Amino acid sequence: MNVELEPVIGLEIHVQLKTRTKMFCSCALSFGEEPNTRTCPICLGLPGTLPVTNAQAVHFGLMMAMAFDCEIAPKSIFHRKNYFYPDLAKGYQISQYDIPLCSNGRLGDVRIHRIHLEEDAAKLVHEGASGRIHDSDSSVVDYNRGGTPLAEMVTEPDLRSAEQARDWLNLLRVTLRQLGVSDVNMEEGSLRCDANVSVRPRGSSELGTKTELKNMNSFRFVMQGINAEIARQTALVQAGEPVVQETLHFDPVTGRLSSLRSKEEAHDYRYFPEPDLVPVAPTEAMLERARTAIPELPAAREERYGRDFSLGGDTARLLAYEPQFGDYFEATTQEATAGVSPAVLANWVTELRTRIGASSDPAESKVTPDALAVLAALVTERRINASAGRQVLDTLVAEGGDVAAIVEREGLAAMDSDEELAGIVKAALEANADAAAKVRDGNAKAMGPIVGYVMRETKGRADGGEVGRLVREQLGI
Amino acid sequence: MTATELVGLTAAEAIGRIRAGELEPAELWSAYQQRAQADDLNAYTWVADADAPAADPAAPLAGVPVAVKDLFCTEGIPSQAGSRILENYCPPYTATAIQNIYDAGAPLLAKTNQDEFAMGSSNENSAYGPVLNPWDRARVPGGSSGGSAAAVAAGLAPWATGTDTGGSIRQPAALCGIVGFKPTYGAISRYGMIAFASSLDQAGTFTRDVTDAALLLEAMVGKDPYDSTCLGLPEPVQPPTATDLRGVRLGVPEELSGEGIEPGVLAAFERTLDIARDLGATVESTHLPHAAHGLSAYYLIAPAECSSNLARFDGVRYGMRVDDGGGLLDMYTGTRAAGFGDEVKRRIMLGTYALSSGYYDAYYGRAQKVRTKISEDFESAFSAFDFLVTPTSPGVAFELGAKSDDPLAMYFNDFCTVPMSLAGIPALSIPNGTAQAPGGSSTELPTGFQIAGPAFSENKLLNAAYALETALAFDSSPAREAS
Amino acid sequence: MLSSDQVLHVARLARLELTDEEVTRMGLELSNVLDHIEKIGELGELEGVVPTSHVVELENVLREDSPHQSLSPGVVLASAPDPAPGGFRVPSPGTS
Ligand SMILES: [Mg+2]
Ligand SMILES: [Zn+2]
Repeated sequence: MNVELEPVIGLEIHVQLKTRTKMFCSCALSFGEEPNTRTCPICLGLPGTLPVTNAQAVHFGLMMAMAFDCEIAPKSIFHRKNYFYPDLAKGYQISQYDIPLCSNGRLGDVRIHRIHLEEDAAKLVHEGASGRIHDSDSSVVDYNRGGTPLAEMVTEPDLRSAEQARDWLNLLRVTLRQLGVSDVNMEEGSLRCDANVSVRPRGSSELGTKTELKNMNSFRFVMQGINAEIARQTALVQAGEPVVQETLHFDPVTGRLSSLRSKEEAHDYRYFPEPDLVPVAPTEAMLERARTAIPELPAAREERYGRDFSLGGDTARLLAYEPQFGDYFEATTQEATAGVSPAVLANWVTELRTRIGASSDPAESKVTPDALAVLAALVTERRINASAGRQVLDTLVAEGGDVAAIVEREGLAAMDSDEELAGIVKAALEANADAAAKVRDGNAKAMGPIVGYVMRETKGRADGGEVGRLVREQLGI
Repeated sequence: MTATELVGLTAAEAIGRIRAGELEPAELWSAYQQRAQADDLNAYTWVADADAPAADPAAPLAGVPVAVKDLFCTEGIPSQAGSRILENYCPPYTATAIQNIYDAGAPLLAKTNQDEFAMGSSNENSAYGPVLNPWDRARVPGGSSGGSAAAVAAGLAPWATGTDTGGSIRQPAALCGIVGFKPTYGAISRYGMIAFASSLDQAGTFTRDVTDAALLLEAMVGKDPYDSTCLGLPEPVQPPTATDLRGVRLGVPEELSGEGIEPGVLAAFERTLDIARDLGATVESTHLPHAAHGLSAYYLIAPAECSSNLARFDGVRYGMRVDDGGGLLDMYTGTRAAGFGDEVKRRIMLGTYALSSGYYDAYYGRAQKVRTKISEDFESAFSAFDFLVTPTSPGVAFELGAKSDDPLAMYFNDFCTVPMSLAGIPALSIPNGTAQAPGGSSTELPTGFQIAGPAFSENKLLNAAYALETALAFDSSPAREAS
Repeated sequence: MLSSDQVLHVARLARLELTDEEVTRMGLELSNVLDHIEKIGELGELEGVVPTSHVVELENVLREDSPHQSLSPGVVLASAPDPAPGGFRVPSPGTS
């Protein structure tokens, strides 16, 4: 049997919300504090305690709902999901179940089935890892993370490859970051992704048996995990063997997937409506507050950069997905003189990004948008050449300052006299007669020593293009 | 005043004397502390051993001490909920309702014994032993707040808090001959009250009379930022003053006042209806068509919620642990097997089953619908009546052990009180006489008269109860004198 | 009538260890109670009836997102059956 198979992938994403406090108590969120120092009677599940919903978590949820064009439930409710595990202080997780906050949305070309609010579990640390090897069959629970607000998003199975999943996850990440609702860091666990994977004959509209992939805690692992699973399922199907529905655990060390099927009874979470909480029924004021809090999102910004600035795909996406650079780029367009194209400004912004790093905020660098715009203008007007421009940028990054003064101080101004340059070219041709002859015979590569001579003589101020033109002119070619 | 005279005062009387400078709060404290320390009803699981705390005579409760059901968390003081699994557990915080009482000027005298996690109607399900009824020590005080009821009846405390999920205040109040008040669901914060069935649990009061109930209730009620389901009351609780029941329409639901009620209890009930008529009330029979199914709905909803609420007792963060080295699952099952008593296990099993996959709709889901029907029954009854009245308990106090092997018979104790809990409406029990237990006993035992009103009708309810109480003139002193 | 297997399944979900005697007794008692409770089945069609999960008609009870003081570590672990430097020690889930 050798049918062409098509992978079908859906994602389940847990997003830690960037509130100040936990979902149902007022403990501050934890960022690596000493264990159990961000806990209170409520998140420790002490007898008699009750949850109270964090307004900001609901607000962030509504922002997500709107950003992803979801239908917001007029009245969503919380359920209890009952199971025993030491990382679950109450013996149940409070989570929205049959009426989620919102549903039927979309981001890019992927439909979003639902988004609901819930609380995160605590952290279980195996004691072996903390040095108590003699006692490694015990674990220690740290409840600092327990109760952190989560938005769980479930997509429809609209993805068809691991690469597409990665790219979409990236779009999701930058969108959530731009919304300001999460730190969206996979390595730190503030964005966690599980994948449902199945394969089917290309063209079929039925879904094959899916497996659930867990623990892929980086973009690379998401790709690896999904690809490994597609390969495994494809081999099974080609061999005429069935795919078994199961949960698979990704091992980042080996890059392999292993079955999590346990001897435990099938999960029976005994969901029922959380009697300690009342429904969330967004009022017009709550909706309005969420609506006005939504900034321009990366997909819209990418489109605008293409439309308004004629920026090419990659550059537009880069500046749109890293909004601090997008904002900075837009600031430079405000400062730039006529004749400097947005594309050139965008290139200089990406030059700056390379120097200060993608995670930095250029607005906090020593390079002002004004200085970068002046620099771009000098290069466009050929008053300095490109490499001198990069040298100026290095100086600006290191110490800031006035562009003109730096050009002056470092003697980087382009030769303003064509005659002077023509003279130096003439001298260069004379000093490199062999090379000049080869160039005349059509060997363009021989130009190197000639141009090198000119640059040495001019301390790099000469415009490379102009030098080439003069060489050809004087050689009569 | 002698100590006996002191403990004969109602709380309101004591407050009056303190305010008038005729009584030192410390005297009252010592008198009650001595009686509490000599408690031989097993009503208490903890008694304060400190000297009288400083008291402010101008505070609403003027330093009159209070006994608190052990289901309420009290910071640094054992809060064991009648369970072995919480033996010696001292919480790091105090329940809002109790903090409110402290803030109103009443110090904590003692913690009262109770059925384990409030599951029971006889107080025989306590890991700390049964509580005895001060009217007859061979009999139960009712439950689950049996310790609070017995303590107040026996004069071991001027008043006490309780919790009522399906009758746990009203039924023991009836069996001990005192006043028990369960207010509207949401009037008093549940924060710090160890949960049994969250959608039903409501704190309330045990007092000698209706005036004291109003006083203690006013101290306890109020919105709480720590309880999403707490509303407080729309207006302050006023001391009741009504002297008659003119214009008051009383409805007697046939479903809750006939079959299954002991003849002596029914006779007392009828006599009270006569008194109500004498006071000017109209009395008519009415129907709560779904009330008979209240017990069934209750015994699905409450166990389902408790099975989840009690999942936190897992031997990890607090409470007892049994670990014989067999791993996590063994630690869980061993701890819970050793920590919970039979009744708690039975209800956890029942609730887990009712919620488990495939049964939800038939059991829990259906019970919640019955609950809606019962609420609708009450709503339509209250369009014709100001209050509905029933016997509080189908019987008088029964002998220790009489029903412990028959869960169904035990559950029937809540027959008259459960429908009000399901509807979340306020209901109060006042002592309305005595009756002989069935089976030829000659001992006279108290009976209770339940008055239920629409949500948030607390002030009217207290007034009606006060008028009746005054006319009934029930003598509660035998229980105090026997102790 | 609940079978022993059903009783044991429910006990496992509830993390309760039952003796053989308890399994038998629990099966009987639960069956008795359920037989009685099942009378709510006689109520006929309740299709369309909205289930009551709250008697209070409240919505949007929300808390402001401002932090409070958390408990001090000594208090957190004060009642722990097996406190460890890093938190609450439990038998490893892996060995269960
Ligand atoms: Mg989830
Ligand atoms: Zn907390």
